[in-house]
Amino acid sequence: MIASLSLILLCQLAGEVFVRGLALPMPGPVVGLVLLLLLLLARDRFAVLALGPLQGGGVENASRGLLAHLSLLFVPAGVGVVQRLDLIAAHGIAIVIVLLVSVVVTLLATVATFLFASRLLARGRSAR
Amino acid sequence: MSENPFSLWVYLSQSPLLWLTVTLLTYAVADAVSLATHRHALANPVFHSMWIIGAFLLLTGTSYTTYFEGAQFVHFLLGPATVALAVPLYENRKAALAAILPMLAALAVGSATAIGSVVLLAEAAGLPRTVVLSLAPKSVTAAVAMGISESLHADPSLTAVAVILTGIMGAMIVTPLMNRLGTRDLRARGFAVGIAAHGIGTARAFQVDAVAGVFASIAMSLNALVTSLLVPLAATLLAR
Repeated sequence: MIASLSLILLCQLAGEVFVRGLALPMPGPVVGLVLLLLLLLARDRFAVLALGPLQGGGVENASRGLLAHLSLLFVPAGVGVVQRLDLIAAHGIAIVIVLLVSVVVTLLATVATFLFASRLLARGRSAR
Repeated sequence: MSENPFSLWVYLSQSPLLWLTVTLLTYAVADAVSLATHRHALANPVFHSMWIIGAFLLLTGTSYTTYFEGAQFVHFLLGPATVALAVPLYENRKAALAAILPMLAALAVGSATAIGSVVLLAEAAGLPRTVVLSLAPKSVTAAVAMGISESLHADPSLTAVAVILTGIMGAMIVTPLMNRLGTRDLRARGFAVGIAAHGIGTARAFQVDAVAGVFASIAMSLNALVTSLLVPLAATLLAR
């Protein structure tokens, strides 16, 4: 458990160092995600890597534990919003409506593109 | 028993223990209600926990700084949990690889729509330019959005508020919206909520289905990158 958590933190740390070092506009933990994914894929290919948290489902179980209540982790930041509602109030209800419409439009555009592209792809495959 | 119960409150209200307990307890109740309603969209545990705790802080006159002393232990786990998203992605890698082209197309359209729609709507509503720029990166994770906002000399705290509100709205709207549209493809539903509503949307997707969660986490990660390239571009277009 401790070894698995250490591996996860180590990936995050490496991600932060990479992102800060190169001044990249992306979150360090996302680079950590890619790193852990590469480690898991490399383990399947090279048996030497299958040790410690990378064997017997160690890091897998620790990750599942962390993700079991992903929603909880957003609560502290969410509470911060309740305290800063004055920022929204200063510009009136317009901001809330703008954000709401934008979310709906974004959801629709994304889902439509995804479905359209995957149907196009399926048709291309069956035509061959 | 203390002679003055108020002194006990003064002590506890300044300790991380109380606020960590309040955070976990409130969430536990909100999550139990969410489970009891079969994960109904309106019973979103993040939404209900945040307003209940927020109201409690207001009533007790507790500052966010004091609250965060306790809540930071939960907040810290966001980073490791993001890394941990590698595991469901690894387990569903075949499904993800098979859909790489639809994902890239949806990423390009979705990311541009997220930014374009909010900029156009905010301009049409006559909001000041600083506000428009602060809202532009609202569909990506808070840390990245605030960084973008800062680089544009906008208002990062307004951006953070817009990010959280967007996340909550997206997470609560996605299920009823997609059901009404009759979209049963969980990959498409997950990907859309990851683009529109970042981590809070991804957390919602995982509540519904593991595959939806995986596609949401891919969308969220890629959108952070694309948005940080597109928003400065939109800002330059606006300035002309």
